[in-house]
Amino acid sequence: MITKVETIVEKIGRSDDKLLEILIAVQDTSEFNYLSQASLRAVSQALDISLTRVYGTAEFYSMLSTKKRGKHVIQVCNSAPCHLQNGKEVIRIFQEILGIHMGEITEDGLFSLETVSCIGACDQAPAVRIDKEVYGNLTRSKIFNILADLKRGETHD
Amino acid sequence: MTNLLFERPGKLLSFKDYEQADGFKTLKCVLDKKPQDLIDEIKKAKLLGRGGAGFPVGLKMQFVADESSDIKYIICNADEGEPGTFKDRELLRRNPLKVIEAMIIAAYAIGASKGYLYVRGEYTNIKDHIEAGIKEARQKNYLGPNIMGTGFSFDLEYRSGVGAYICGEETALIESIEGRAGDPRQKPPYTAQKGLFNKPTLVHNVETLVNLLPIMQLGAATYTTYGTEASTGTKLFSVSGFVKNKGVFEVAFGLKLSDLIKNQCQTLEAYDTIKFIQVGGSSGVVLPRDLFDIQLSYEAFKAIGANLGSGAIFVADESICILDFLKATANFFRHESCGKCTPCREGNRHISMILDKISQGQGTDKDLGLLKSTCEVMKSASFCGLGQTAPTAILSVIKYFKDELQAHIGGQCYTGACSMKGGDLHV
Repeated sequence: MITKVETIVEKIGRSDDKLLEILIAVQDTSEFNYLSQASLRAVSQALDISLTRVYGTAEFYSMLSTKKRGKHVIQVCNSAPCHLQNGKEVIRIFQEILGIHMGEITEDGLFSLETVSCIGACDQAPAVRIDKEVYGNLTRSKIFNILADLKRGETHD
Repeated sequence: MTNLLFERPGKLLSFKDYEQADGFKTLKCVLDKKPQDLIDEIKKAKLLGRGGAGFPVGLKMQFVADESSDIKYIICNADEGEPGTFKDRELLRRNPLKVIEAMIIAAYAIGASKGYLYVRGEYTNIKDHIEAGIKEARQKNYLGPNIMGTGFSFDLEYRSGVGAYICGEETALIESIEGRAGDPRQKPPYTAQKGLFNKPTLVHNVETLVNLLPIMQLGAATYTTYGTEASTGTKLFSVSGFVKNKGVFEVAFGLKLSDLIKNQCQTLEAYDTIKFIQVGGSSGVVLPRDLFDIQLSYEAFKAIGANLGSGAIFVADESICILDFLKATANFFRHESCGKCTPCREGNRHISMILDKISQGQGTDKDLGLLKSTCEVMKSASFCGLGQTAPTAILSVIKYFKDELQAHIGGQCYTGACSMKGGDLHV
C-alpha cells in the first residue's frame, strides 16, 4: 500500500493542497472504489499531515468512500428534477435487477448501489452515473442493457 | 436566440478551428491595453455575476486589482452543483478554450499570475478535453511565462471537485483547493483580500468569465444594447422537466419566462397543464401559473423577493405533487449541508422531518407554522448562502401553494404521490 501511495504522491506532488487529487487517484486504483484504512494512513504519512485531517476530508466528500463498494459504482440521482421524472421507479428497477438495496453491494462484488445529489444531467432525467459515465433518459430496458453490457465486459476481461 | 456566449449546439471546436474563428484574438488585443481600462469597460457593461448572487463583476475585480500583493489568484468556479443547472457543463464541453481565454483576460485585468479551474467531479467525462485545451494553450504560449512576448505571465491548473454542493460557495471552494473539507470561511476577510492561500483572489463563475469575451469584442456600449437597463447581456438558462426541448438556452435578459417555455422549449401537453416553474435551481423560487409571465431579469425577480440564481428552470406539470417535490428538495439540502452552523444543519433536518410527517398524513396546522418559522430562522441566521437559500422553495410554496399543503394536512394528496399511511422518502 505504501509503495502504491508513494508512486501517486510522487506523480501528483508532495504538498498538502494536493490531498484531494491524491485521494481521488488512490481511490481510482482500488478495485473496490474506496479508501481503505491502510491507504488513508499511507497518505497521511506521505504528506506528513494528520490521519484525522485525511480521514475527515475523505469522509466529507460524497465522491470519496471510506467503505468498500462494488467494482462498478452505480449512483442514481435523487435530486428533484430526476426524482420527479421517474427517478423513484429507476431506483426500484436497479434494486430489483441487482437484488440489493440502496447502500449495498451485490454478492459477486460487481455492483454497488447508492443515491447521489444532482449529477448535472437534468436535461436527460432520470439519470445515473456508473463509474465515470453518465447514462440518461433511463427506461427499464435501457437499465437492463447497461447492466448486461457491464457484466459482459467483466467476463471478457 | 441571441448568441454572445454559445457555440452552435453540439459543435465542438478543435484548437485550430478556434484560432481560425478568431479565438485568442481578443486576448491579443486586450494585452495591449492597460488592466484598469479593462475593468472600467466591464463596469460600464454593468455585468452581474452569473453564478447565483448577481454581484457587480467590475466592482469585484476592482477589489482584487486594488490589493497589492506578491501573488494573486483567479479561480473559475465550475463546481456547478445546483440541481437543474448544467449550463457550465455545456460551456466547458462545447468550447473550453473560450473559458481559458476569458480566464487569462480576467487574470491580466487584476494582475493574477496563477489560476485554478475548479470543475465539479461529476464532469470527469470532459476533464481530458479541458486539460488538452490547457496543454495546447501552454504550447502556443497563451499560457505560461511572458505570454506572447507581452511580459505578462499566467498559468492555470485544473482541479477536480469531489462531489460537494457546498464547494460552489467561494470560500468552501477555496478550502477544497487547499486540500481540506469544504467548510465555508468567516467573512470578512473577503476573498479579495485573503482568499486562496491567504492571498487576494478573484472567484468567478464560468458563465460570468465567458461574458468578458463579448464585452471586450463589442465594447460596453454595444454589449449593453442586449438585455435590459439593469440586466445587461444574455443569460444561459438550463431548462429541464416537463418540456419537449430540454437543454441550455441563451436569451437576452428581458424575455418573458412564458415566451421561453412556450416558444423555445415547448410543453409536452397543453401549456395550461404546467403547474409550477422553479427558477434558480433547488434554492430557487417556485412560481405559480399567474407569475409565468415574469420577465427574465435580475430586477424582475428582485421585485417579487426572489433571485434569478444560476438560471435553472424546472418545469413541472399537474402530475407533480408539490409535497413530493419539496421532500426531494429538502432531502438534497439535508444531505449537502456541511454541518458547520446550527441553523442549516438542524433546520434542514427538521424541515425534512416535518415534510415527511405531513406526507404521511400526520401533519397539523401547527406543523405548517413550525415549517415556516424554521425556514425564516435559516434564512436569517445561517452562516453561508447554502442555509440562507435552502428554504426558498418551501417559503414560496407556503406563499403560493398553501391550499395543496393544507389538503395534505387534511389527509388528501391530489396526485397520489404521497402515501398517507407511511411514505418511502428515503429509498
